[in-house]
This record gives sequence, C-alpha cells and structure tokens, in this order.
Amino acid sequence: MSAHMDRSIETTLSVNGTPTTRRIEPRQHLIDFLREDLGLTGSHTGCEHGVCGACTVRVDGKIVRGCLTLAVQMAGKRVDTIEGLSDSGEIAELQRAFHERNALQCGFCTPGMLMAAQDLILRHPHATRDEIRDHISGNYCRCTGYQAIVDAIETVLKAKAVATDKRR
Amino acid sequence: MKAPPFAYRKATTLAEVFELLDTHGDGARLLAGGQSLLAALNLRLSSPQILIDITGIPGLTGIKVANGTVTIGALTTHAEIERSPEIAHMLPLLAQAAPHIAHVAIRNVGTIGGSIALADPAAEWPACCLALGAEFVIAGKTGNRMVHARDFFQALYTTALGPAEVLTAIEIPVPAAGSRSAFVELTRRRGDYAIVGVAATARMDGDVLNGVQLAFLGTDQTPVLAKSAMAEIEGKNLSPVLIAAASKALASDLDPGGDAYSTAATKMHLARVIAGRALAALAA
Repeated sequence: MSAHMDRSIETTLSVNGTPTTRRIEPRQHLIDFLREDLGLTGSHTGCEHGVCGACTVRVDGKIVRGCLTLAVQMAGKRVDTIEGLSDSGEIAELQRAFHERNALQCGFCTPGMLMAAQDLILRHPHATRDEIRDHISGNYCRCTGYQAIVDAIETVLKAKAVATDKRR
Repeated sequence: MKAPPFAYRKATTLAEVFELLDTHGDGARLLAGGQSLLAALNLRLSSPQILIDITGIPGLTGIKVANGTVTIGALTTHAEIERSPEIAHMLPLLAQAAPHIAHVAIRNVGTIGGSIALADPAAEWPACCLALGAEFVIAGKTGNRMVHARDFFQALYTTALGPAEVLTAIEIPVPAAGSRSAFVELTRRRGDYAIVGVAATARMDGDVLNGVQLAFLGTDQTPVLAKSAMAEIEGKNLSPVLIAAASKALASDLDPGGDAYSTAATKMHLARVIAGRALAALAA
C-alpha cells in the first residue's frame, strides 16, 4: 500500500440519511468527497476558499461551507446535500419559485443558493427583503443581479405565512 | 486550489494535543472551526504536516456566567455567541459584532478561540476583547496561565500563545450597570473583512461618558486601543466639538497602512467617521 493510501482514514457519516463508510484522505474537503467519491455533483466546487457559497451543504442541520470542511471531520455527522433536499420534496416550493421568477440563469450558484434560502425559511420565516439579502450575502450569483432570487425567496416566505395564518 | 497533503488526528484530551505538539513542533497546526485555516490550506499559503483537530475535546464549548465574569469556551462558534441570550444581555457588544463576521455558513462553524488565536488584525473578536478587557485562559503542559487582551496581540498574526499552548477560554468581566456598547464596521461587501471597524464601550453617568474604550480593527497590525481619543472623551459631555477633538486625537493612536483598495489617508478618514458614529451611538 502506498504512503498516500496509508494516510487515508476510515470515516462513517450519514449522507442524505444513508450511512456511508469510506476511506478518506485528510486533505480532501467535503465537497470533493461528495462530488468525486459519492457522485453527488449537485453541490458545486467554486472558489475553494469560502467566499462564493456554491458548495453550501447542511451538517447536522446547519449550513456550512463544504470547501472549508474536511470530509474526515464528518465522522458521525449527518450531511444533507441539494440532492437530499430535492428528492425529499423539502425545497419543492423554493425550486418552483426560483423557476417561476427566473431566479437562475447559468445555475452554478443555485444549489448553494437554495441551501441558504431554505436555512432562512426554517430559521427566520418572517424575514424582510433586507434580511433575505443579508442571509444570502455569502452566496455569489454572477448572472441574475440577485433581484429575482430575493423575489423567489420572498414569494415562498409570504406563501408560507399565508398558509400558517389560514391554519390558525 | 486543493490543500497539500497532511496527516489528521482528532484529539480527545488536551494531554493528547500537547503530546502531538511536542512530537510535530512547527509542523502541526490546531484545527478548531477551520474557517480561516482551511481557506489558507486550500490556497496553499500554509502546508502543515499534521492537523490536530481539537473539536472533540470536552469542556471547550459553551457560555457560562459566574461571579461577575462571562466565560466563553474557545470552541464556541460565532453563531452560538450571536444567538446567546446571556451574551445579548450581559455583553451586547459581542452580539452587535457577531453579524459582521463573514456569513451565516461560516459563523455556524468558526470559533471565537480560533479567531483570537489567529489574530487577524481585521477580525472582530480581538478588538471586542480589547474593548471589554478580556483575559484569555491558555493551557500548557504544566497548567493554565491567564493573559490579558492588552498583552496578547503582539504583532501581525503574532500573539502571546506559545508553540505548545492552547487557548481554551475567554473570560470577560460583566460591564457595570449603565454600560453601553456600539460596534461599527465598514466593508466593501457584506461579510468581508473590515476596511476599518471599532468596538466601543462606556458608562453613561448622567450626560457624561466614563470608562470609554475604543478598540479599532483593520487599521494596524493588531487591534488598537485609541488611548488619546479615549482620554479626550473621558468624563465629559459628548458634543460635536468633543467628537471632533477625539477624531483629531486618533492621529496619534492609529497608524493605518494602505492596501489594494484604500490608501492610508482613506483608512484614517474612515476611522474618524466610524469613531464619530460609535460615540454618537454610545450617547444616544
């Protein structure tokens, strides 16, 4: 076995609810692990120094930068990616609103943007437009100018508020 | 870019950390939240042989209040501080500063201990600690020692931490009743490192500001207490004339260097602008 392999560490984590065990090289960040080892290419590798937000995923329910997280650090943790949130239907309304509002063009930032937007919807359901902008300030979009993204997130927040009021 | 290869060990006790630091010396780096370290590794600005992950060591997280002191474990995240009711109540300066640290996804992981140990001159926590008179608990093989924030930040990315020591907690005295605080920071984009920023605290006795502390970030190689400006204001009624005098005094407190975006003169001007805003907020 090569020295390279000797340095890998057997790591067990949950990915979108599926227990997963792999030998992981310490230097590999979470996004490369998800994309290259598990084939989950929805999360994007962008700037790789924590600026652009294209790699946003959820670890134990909190959004993190996948490029500033080592995959070996994920032992025993639950990782949720855009594939998981999409397949479960959790973000169906957001996806519909992004589509209807033209809140994406090239789509590179969209998975990270949806992860950040869903985090806001879960934690701060009454967010104002300014608060929406603040919350997604760590996610860069180079196509849309953000207006449509803010519109889409606001649409979902308002629809949820109306639905909550009706249930009362 | 990708980080160069390194080994990884997750320590479960401080004793294990000291042993690994002994073995690997300069080749080892401590990994807490990693929000600056992993960026530096990905950019290949640093190439340690081994990362010692300290996040599995019990007892290094959480916020406790006892005997007039707030103790914040070094591994407490920026987000935990931002959302803590105890912090909002007892150390509002920290609650005011937290939203300025990067972005939500980074605040969820980055730690106060990591920020202080790295000592980036444009970071928020070091300046807040200086303004609040914080002391740092530093663990070594032979026991703990305390270092005051005034003595901790020594030069660019250089602190009082020894090579075989670990910052384990931050102790901050609860400010006296009637204390006020303000945190003002200017950035080019939301969440960027500060162009300049200021952490300000004072007591308002009637119309008079006492115990004024103004700690600047982003101006010098370390956070700086603006002692001349503080002396100008101390024990006086805040007025536009007094703010102007304090702003003028900043010339002897701060020595900002220019960078790619702002000249030294611009930074000094902006430092004066935010000093005025912070003082007005304190007196408001």
